[in-house]
Amino acid sequence: MKYETVIGLEVHVQLDTNSKAFCGCSTEFGAPANTHTCPVCLGMPGSLPVLNEKFLKHSIRVALAIDCTVANFIKFDRKHYFYPDLPKDYQISQYDKPLASNGYLDINLDGQTKRIRILRAHMEEDAGKLIHTPTASLVDYNRTGTPLLEIVTEPDLSSADETYAYLTQLKSILEYLEVSDCDMEKGSLRCDANVSIRPVGQKELGTKTELKNMNSFKGVRDALNYEIKRQEKQLDSGNPIIQETRLWDEAKQKTFSMRTKEEAHDYRYFPDPDLVPFTVDSLTIENIRKDLPELPQAKKVRLTAEYALSNYDAAVISADKHLGLYFEQAAKQYNNPKHICNWLMGDIMNYLNTNNIPAIKLKDLLPAKKLTAMLELIDQDIISGKIAKKIFPEIIATGKEASAIIKEQNLSQISDTSELESIIRQVIAENDTVVEEFKSGKDKALMFLVGQVMRKTRGKANPQMVNAIIKEQISSS
Amino acid sequence: MDITNLSAAKLLDLLNKKQISSVDIASAYLNRIESLDDKIKAFIHLDPEDVLKKAEKLKDSDSKLKGLPIAIKDNFCVKGQLTTCASNILAGFKPPYSATVIEKLENDGALIMGKVNMDEFAFGSSCETSCYGPTHNPWNLDCAPGGSSGGSAASVAARLAPWALGSDTGGSIRQPASLCGIVGLKPTYGLVSRYGLIAFASSLDQIGPFTQDITDSALLMNIISGHDPKDSTSVNTKTLDYLAGLNADIKGLKIGIPKEYFIEGIDSDVRDKVEQAIEIFKKAGAIVEPISLPHTEYAVATYYIVAPSEASSNLARFDGVQYGLRVKDGEKVNDSALIDMYMKTRGKGFGAEAKRRILLGTYALSSGYYDAYYLKALKVRTKITDDFNQAFKKYDCIITPTSPTKAFKLNEKTNDPLAMYLSDIFTISANLSGIPAISIPCGFTQDNLPVGLQILGKAFDEQMLFKVGHAYQQLTDWHTRVPEGCK
Repeated sequence: MKYETVIGLEVHVQLDTNSKAFCGCSTEFGAPANTHTCPVCLGMPGSLPVLNEKFLKHSIRVALAIDCTVANFIKFDRKHYFYPDLPKDYQISQYDKPLASNGYLDINLDGQTKRIRILRAHMEEDAGKLIHTPTASLVDYNRTGTPLLEIVTEPDLSSADETYAYLTQLKSILEYLEVSDCDMEKGSLRCDANVSIRPVGQKELGTKTELKNMNSFKGVRDALNYEIKRQEKQLDSGNPIIQETRLWDEAKQKTFSMRTKEEAHDYRYFPDPDLVPFTVDSLTIENIRKDLPELPQAKKVRLTAEYALSNYDAAVISADKHLGLYFEQAAKQYNNPKHICNWLMGDIMNYLNTNNIPAIKLKDLLPAKKLTAMLELIDQDIISGKIAKKIFPEIIATGKEASAIIKEQNLSQISDTSELESIIRQVIAENDTVVEEFKSGKDKALMFLVGQVMRKTRGKANPQMVNAIIKEQISSS
Repeated sequence: MDITNLSAAKLLDLLNKKQISSVDIASAYLNRIESLDDKIKAFIHLDPEDVLKKAEKLKDSDSKLKGLPIAIKDNFCVKGQLTTCASNILAGFKPPYSATVIEKLENDGALIMGKVNMDEFAFGSSCETSCYGPTHNPWNLDCAPGGSSGGSAASVAARLAPWALGSDTGGSIRQPASLCGIVGLKPTYGLVSRYGLIAFASSLDQIGPFTQDITDSALLMNIISGHDPKDSTSVNTKTLDYLAGLNADIKGLKIGIPKEYFIEGIDSDVRDKVEQAIEIFKKAGAIVEPISLPHTEYAVATYYIVAPSEASSNLARFDGVQYGLRVKDGEKVNDSALIDMYMKTRGKGFGAEAKRRILLGTYALSSGYYDAYYLKALKVRTKITDDFNQAFKKYDCIITPTSPTKAFKLNEKTNDPLAMYLSDIFTISANLSGIPAISIPCGFTQDNLPVGLQILGKAFDEQMLFKVGHAYQQLTDWHTRVPEGCK
């Protein structure tokens, strides 16, 4: 049978505040265990929470960026369950009155734009971390109380690829807002997926499973693809889908049942009496809105208009805030944006990806000024594009200007006609058969001859000139 | 001169005049505790050597209180000192921090004597649910001192401490103050920081003083009240001097007497003494009129939804993981080692009343019951508050009995939780509506047990309660009486 997939996502974003959600402890990642704690985040008897204002402001920023309605009445609830990483045995969260609701986010996939509705986004505190040793289970409370924003979509996603695109787009927005480092490996962005399938054409939703424990966007995509296939097999063989929570096992590339619905908690939500509800006036919200930076979607549109970039190029460059900034920095100094774009989309991205370097580092590794200086050398026929490709890792590695490297290694392009003519004469003399082939109309033969010239000049020959001179010498011979 | 027979204000006066020292005072109280507390059993954590050491340190202090000692209910966190809420589940617990009020007291030079007894986690009205056993009423050792702050009330009544701090969630300061013949104030919710007070019901809990008279109560409020950025429910109002205006005239003051508080079942002795007190106010020129607070009858039911619900949540953290009792040995009750530990720890650590309230609250908050119970209770709570708001449009204060009965015998109500709950029938409404209320002694029953009078006022109008109470204490001497066995 043919099925269609329905996916809804819950994304937990750690917001980048200096101190925790309800106390003054640092949120720094990677500190020695239990050093960033105090009576409040340890849930000591008698301690009381006080809301971090920056947590609220960051949350509102995100809510506005994904076009949510921001509630003006803010209230917190307690969500109860017993677990050692939760020192109060309840989590401060928001239940029936989330901070934000009814938003959306547009994703681009295969040239199509699709609107994914956001059901709600609510503020809550993170739990600690359990560390299991062979003899004991230990708890690190450093993460306890870190501010989280949980963003929940409507079940609008219909494939693993759409889900991947949604996550990428959301991450891009969060980075533009400078509210989270979105590092899934550090746990600053976590994602649970609800997935169900139904025969194409069927109206009611199938039974869903909830997938947890994915620690990369790729993990989310793999887990969903696995789970969709598992559900299809299940239905095809006449077995029902059981409503349950399943854990993704990255090593085995499989999902496993963790708990069924019958074992689900009754969280006994009720308003936290320690945190007085309050209102946020619309002026405060409007001020936060005014303060929002240009977001990726708007930037993409502007890049296509202002720099005549293709939709695709503009989308890639605007997806990463730092790549976008870099591009515009370079474009200010150099008036061939397409040339910059080609380099960014090609060699530079390739270099960053191969070496696993985030785009934010690019401006330090290769200041825009150095890149544009190199591009100018190409324009002036001082070096060929090929030489530029060769030296650009050296510019990064040594920090030297392109011109200095060229000088040191004697790499300037040979554009001296007489020098080139003598080398080409030699090549033609050494390759009778190829010259005949060229004469009989084989274009490939020309490429071979150019290649020979390049070899003799260690790539320094001006390729346009070489082409012209070869043709001229052969036709006049 | 018997130091222990003096009020805190008088002791402070002598300290200021350097006629006595903090060491003299500490020694006097320690001697008295030594001779009397075997019978009364007010103190549960007391280190006499430590008290003397602190007294020595504070001897020449130029602080406000100059080493004047104070007894503290065992649900206040005091850094490095045993803090157990009179519960086995907090056995051995020494908090890593002090409550805001403890810091304020210490900053002002108070000497924290030690911890006094209470009902376990403040669940009770007789001090009998304490894991350390009951405290005895100094007026009659066979009687309960009231609760939950029974140790605080008994320690001040027996002059084992010049004053004490307690907490009041449904009457836990006023009812024991009434049953022990002293002054007990529950301030307006939000006036005193709750930071470091181990929570029973967060929306109802409030810290307040136990004192011999109104002046001491005002003096202590000057020290412990005020906004605390660590408590989101603490109100940022201007600080008041509660000692100012104590002597103001009450002539022409309008006092309401709610008919719902003079119901059947109230001790006739209690009714008589309160009615006699009302006559004194009339003579002093106050205008006394009957009023109605129509939703009074729903207060107990509302309270027993709201308070246990919040308690069930607040007490979740006592799970054997970080501090206090942990039970992991013995017969397995669950396959999961973790859940087994939770169940055995909480099973052994909590007493019967704590378990009853956790169950009540857990039930009331359960999915499907929340609207019918908790949400409904919140709505009734608003109605009860509205009653008071209406009344205070016309009246400056309201006077009622504090408790429907005099001190009852130990063990008399321990097997009848409902009868015990009704002991707070007149005090609960003030917690539900957040308003301040004070209990002052207004006479004695035929068998020489104290009776208390409750004065209720508008939110943040503690000054009114002090003014009215002080006027009464100028005309009567009930507050100066000391139990026979403690003279």
